[in-house]
Amino acid sequence: MSAWLPKDFWTRNETLVAGVIILFCIVATLSDPRFFTITTVSDLLRASIVIGILAVGAMLVLISGGIDVSFTAIAVFAMYAATVLFLAIWPGAPWPLIFVVSILFGAALGAFNGFFIAFLGLPTLIVTLGTLSVFRGFLLTFVGSQRISDLPPAMRDFSRGVLARGTTEAGNFYSIPWAALALLIVIVLTWFILKKTMLGRSIYAIGGSVESARRIGINVKWTQFFVYVYVGALAGLAGIIHGSVGRMADPFSLVGLELSVIAAVVLGGARLIGGYGTLTGTLLGVALIVIVQNSLIVIGIPTTWQSVTIGVLILLGTGVPAYRAKRAAARAG
Amino acid sequence: MSSDHDTAFIDLRAITKRYAGVTALDSVDFTVQPGEAVCLAGENGSGKSTLIKIISGVEPGTEGSVRIAGEERPVLNPRISAAAGVMVIFQDFSLFPNLSVAENIAFATQLTQQERFYKAGAAREIARTALERIGVEIDLDARVEALPVAQKQLVAICRALASRAQLIIMDEPTTALTEKEVRRLQGIIRKLKDEGVAVIFVSHKLAEVLEVSEKVVVLRNGKKVAEGPASEFDTQSLTYHMTGRDVAEVPPSDVRAGAETLMEVRGLSKAGSFSDISFELKAGEILGITGLLGSGRTSVAKALFGLVVPDEGAITVEGHPVPTGDPQAASRARIGYVPEDRLTEGLFLSQSILRNVAIGRLDAHTKSGVLNMGGLVSEAADWLKRLKVKAPDVNAPVQSLSGGNQQRVALARWLSRAPRVLVLNGPSVGVDVGSKADIHDIIRDLASQGIGIIVISDDLPELLATCHRILVMREGRIIDALDGRAVSEDELARRLAS
Repeated sequence: MSAWLPKDFWTRNETLVAGVIILFCIVATLSDPRFFTITTVSDLLRASIVIGILAVGAMLVLISGGIDVSFTAIAVFAMYAATVLFLAIWPGAPWPLIFVVSILFGAALGAFNGFFIAFLGLPTLIVTLGTLSVFRGFLLTFVGSQRISDLPPAMRDFSRGVLARGTTEAGNFYSIPWAALALLIVIVLTWFILKKTMLGRSIYAIGGSVESARRIGINVKWTQFFVYVYVGALAGLAGIIHGSVGRMADPFSLVGLELSVIAAVVLGGARLIGGYGTLTGTLLGVALIVIVQNSLIVIGIPTTWQSVTIGVLILLGTGVPAYRAKRAAARAG
Repeated sequence: MSSDHDTAFIDLRAITKRYAGVTALDSVDFTVQPGEAVCLAGENGSGKSTLIKIISGVEPGTEGSVRIAGEERPVLNPRISAAAGVMVIFQDFSLFPNLSVAENIAFATQLTQQERFYKAGAAREIARTALERIGVEIDLDARVEALPVAQKQLVAICRALASRAQLIIMDEPTTALTEKEVRRLQGIIRKLKDEGVAVIFVSHKLAEVLEVSEKVVVLRNGKKVAEGPASEFDTQSLTYHMTGRDVAEVPPSDVRAGAETLMEVRGLSKAGSFSDISFELKAGEILGITGLLGSGRTSVAKALFGLVVPDEGAITVEGHPVPTGDPQAASRARIGYVPEDRLTEGLFLSQSILRNVAIGRLDAHTKSGVLNMGGLVSEAADWLKRLKVKAPDVNAPVQSLSGGNQQRVALARWLSRAPRVLVLNGPSVGVDVGSKADIHDIIRDLASQGIGIIVISDDLPELLATCHRILVMREGRIIDALDGRAVSEDELARRLAS
């Protein structure tokens, strides 16, 4: 730790993604000076909250060596079920209670995944592909398939709450919603778990080598189970925020977003083989994807090119480090 | 003898282990004193892994008693065994490639201390202490995946030490190490012994561990067939006890006078890897290429078969130029290549012997696009017989075979294509002593049939037992060409290291 920068600073995914973001901002500002304003920043931040919380969860699963594609279904299930429940029994409930119930729903569905993966030892992709369909089908069949715009009032109150808002002297409007605080809490909590607890280190260890983890006595099953419950809880939180901020409980929303979220995480340096992933990288990956989704038009690229651009970024973002690693290995051999 | 039992750290008496009717261990007594290094030798299936499993608590014995640190252990599991100070270092080291050196060393310790929170400072302290005990410096923050094999092994040893190991069991500790690294490991073992830590080596490579061992125990077919001070054993007597027969290696017979030149390599170079490699290979000749790890021998081997693209140079086989850097062209020129790491490069482990042998022969058994399975099966069966592969039939998956038999299957694949030149990279890595001699027999036999063979190896006795000529490489260049039947092992070792 002699230098300011870590040794591998220039070869990290995080650096690459940050570089692309900065490059994009420069190009965007040159083509339209209005891009580089606090308004844009606060717009992008608001667009990042739900996808950011989901991405933190997806990252945890990737680190543990698994993959979860069901978290969007969990998010929408938890949000819709919680909304329907409170509309039926207590429409006037305070929003923290509604949020907690949504989080608990999410955790319960996550536990369902965790049971199959950790205790029955089934492959994570197969299980979550299955539960993606099951959760969604169950929701639409038994809970409801109507869009609900008449939400409990407390949820609307939440969406109106702001940490800061205002207009700069230049006339740029900005607002930071309460939901941003939720993302911050998720980040801090996850950072603490991953960096400061043996549980978090065990998640990295399992992702590095399950067999080695077993041999030194890590409780692999419970650690995996925790990962899926935690991811479910985060999905429940992201879902209820999505419903509140959008002022609509839409059972058809969110599902379909899972691959973009996983793409953001992979872009940020997490590896599909497990063991690698950082919060910084994940958040940068989310930022890049959100910027591309929202601001491509500013630099004159038609929005129809969005998915092409994201695809190219993923190829570059994962391909360049992989190519470099291969070159390094070839030199060493 | 009773005093031996009293002071022993590990004391097994009359241990018998049966698996579904098969006796893996037959009433074996085994003791390890504190600070003693014991070499446990035996071929595959001799029962040595079973013995280790019993000591480390992975499996219980069927009969007999186990005492660890003077205490009777009627019930044993890996946790109890580890708590008593028995640590196994597996061949793959069981490390976490994605975590730092410090964390790898400290993880198990922090787990047993029932820590809930991870303290990076404490982990570094644990790691530093362990590294100091064996007098080694490794960057604590380096990721383990970036370390060379020898350092990974040291990290594994430190992890065992950090967990208060009283006995470290090392499975094949020297297979992946160079001579120099082996010497350093020997030094570390001596240091451990001075501190009262006992060591059990489970090894095929005998000479290296004999130097630091006090005692040798040889198992064969589940029975202890020899035990005594290491000074009373040498490689030959060990081999005799392990195999139950005298494995005498005869050097190869002369190359036929006036044999034609099969292969000619001229000025083969690749920047940063090897340069100006030139040699000739005659029909029926066995040519050894040796050098320390990193000398470029493996890259040259691969370049001969087109797996590494050289910057310049030419290869001809029977006078016809072979395009370099093209495995298919090499294969058409009837060059065969058996890679060193057959587990990842050479064989499809989960597939049957038939499929592994047949993959190179599909063309020959295809008529108007239809595969003649009968022909393939009889050809594969024929090769099993000729190479004496021990397998139930051609449908057995390759991973169910022992190392020596796997290597024979890899050979069979190439031999079935009637090669003119056969490049064997590490032909007996991870193979039993007995099988090794058999493989050497096969190599000599093939040469006498007129095939030109190139053996790439750093196993000096192997080179001396098979090669007519030996080329020594260092830093990518051929620095010596020696007569394989005239040079002594010491001389060869000196040329290699000088």
